[in-house]
Amino acid sequence: MRVVIGEDLALLRDGLIRLLRAHDFDVVEAVDNGPGLLRALLNHQPDVAIVDVRLPPTFTDEGLRAAIEARRQVPGLPILVLSQYVDQLYARELLAGGNGGIGYLLKDRISDLDQFVDAVRRVAAGGTAMDPEVIAQLLARPKAAAPLASLTPREQEVLGLMAEGRSNAAIAGSLFITEKAVGKYTAAIFGKLDLPVSEDDNRRVLAVIRYLDQ
Amino acid sequence: MTTARESRSPGRSPSATTSLRAAFLIAIQGLAGIVLLPLLIVSFALVVIWVGLPMLALTLSLLRGLAMSQRRLARRILGVKVPMPYRKIGGEGLLDRLQIRLTDPATYRDIAWLLLTICLGFAVGLVAMIFYIVLPLGVLASPVIIRTYLTVTSSVLRRSDTEVMEQRIGELATSRAETVDTQSAEIRRIERDLHDGAQARLVALSMNLGLAEQMMEKDPQMSRELLAESRQSASVALTDLRGLVRGIHPPVLADRGLVGGLQALALAAALEVDVDVVMVGRPPAPVESAVYFAVAEALTNAAKHSTARTAWIWLRHNAGRLSVTVGDSGVGGAVASPGGGLHGIERRLAAFDGTVTVASPIGGPTIIAMELPCELSSEKI
Repeated sequence: MRVVIGEDLALLRDGLIRLLRAHDFDVVEAVDNGPGLLRALLNHQPDVAIVDVRLPPTFTDEGLRAAIEARRQVPGLPILVLSQYVDQLYARELLAGGNGGIGYLLKDRISDLDQFVDAVRRVAAGGTAMDPEVIAQLLARPKAAAPLASLTPREQEVLGLMAEGRSNAAIAGSLFITEKAVGKYTAAIFGKLDLPVSEDDNRRVLAVIRYLDQ
Repeated sequence: MTTARESRSPGRSPSATTSLRAAFLIAIQGLAGIVLLPLLIVSFALVVIWVGLPMLALTLSLLRGLAMSQRRLARRILGVKVPMPYRKIGGEGLLDRLQIRLTDPATYRDIAWLLLTICLGFAVGLVAMIFYIVLPLGVLASPVIIRTYLTVTSSVLRRSDTEVMEQRIGELATSRAETVDTQSAEIRRIERDLHDGAQARLVALSMNLGLAEQMMEKDPQMSRELLAESRQSASVALTDLRGLVRGIHPPVLADRGLVGGLQALALAAALEVDVDVVMVGRPPAPVESAVYFAVAEALTNAAKHSTARTAWIWLRHNAGRLSVTVGDSGVGGAVASPGGGLHGIERRLAAFDGTVTVASPIGGPTIIAMELPCELSSEKI
């Protein structure tokens, strides 16, 4: 699997490269600035890219902008965005295109290697990996607008875990319910959100976009 | 914008009907003054027995109203703003308020103007009216009379430069002291948060790591547990630091400036917030930060106290002034109490010569209007 990395801290960049190589990823290029990143993303069109939000030259949100621009030109280009902070505003912008293949995680999450590599693979496969903190921020707001307001608290919980990118089995595990029950909840969620019948993966992404866009 | 234009451009020659109306108003003000002066004198005399106190308060209010009507007229005709020179009335009881009024130099200026208007106002107004109606050249002459008269009276009603300066110095001294206080309180809070939060966790972390190192040979199971615990406390320390940095300078604000910062605030708020923000360029970073936190405070207040479900943010930059308004659809009744959120907003903005106006009648809605002078720099690419 071909990977492009955009990270300006040498320590973290080398760590990521080592980590990904150890898990049989092929790191085709690792860049340390915004303009270089956009070029690399468009040149290589990798299977997945791992991008830091804050990059030179402005040290603001160069990485995020490069990711959004690259996905505008190559829709669905899988990108996992890493940041010291997560903000709903950025999560919405990343998902605005309506395509999957997006991850948005705190840098801390790298410390759990297995979960991190899992998230990279999920994003590469067109899924989503939203940081639990983004979901927590969403859940903290008591203002869910229709049609999300019509979801039961349990269904909201399932949708939140879905946004993090968990599989039905994983959701069942963390809520202590059966996989079959999860299936029933997801079907109810798709129904209430009025999502067109299509592949399950695609519907999941659409549901997450609705969720974050409320 | 309108006020700025009015105070800058020289007044145009008033049209004929405006002149006539102004002359009429001046005459009426003269008449009102003739009635008011004896009342004022009687009130002063009656202060000896308590009846004079409420009478004095009443007549002084009437005088103030009359003087204000003259100020407004001067502003309309001359195109020059005659600012309200009065001190803020902060006292509670009648006596307190009376005392503030009686020690306010503006009150004596009003009395001086009253004497002037009694002697001249009625006559000038009458003459201007008669000129206008009778003389063929009155159309030209009466505006000149009116303008001259108003120029004289507004020079009486306006504060002297020294007074303006003194008040300004007082304001600056207060806002500087408050800024320094807020600043040092903020630094103490950051120090405490670091000390109790991230720093303490890092101490525990390095202790655990040391232990794990020792245990490696003897008790691999134990050292594994210690390592897992260390990772846990490292991630909690990071969470602490994130929270702290958000409180000092929110990353979105640094990335996207005030516009993006306010959008992010609206998204994160506990109510539905409508954002209407138009601004080309960016204010200086300290102003951005002050406005961001002021709006955050206003939204938090709205969510906590107003029971509102929706709120809105409106921002514009015009003629060197940044105006931000935050409103909610709640129950109203918000007051600025010392140490409260609204007071905090006032103090935050006072450092930049900003003002806060709160309109919050019982039953709602609450509208908090903030305004501060600032220039915009062109947008960073």
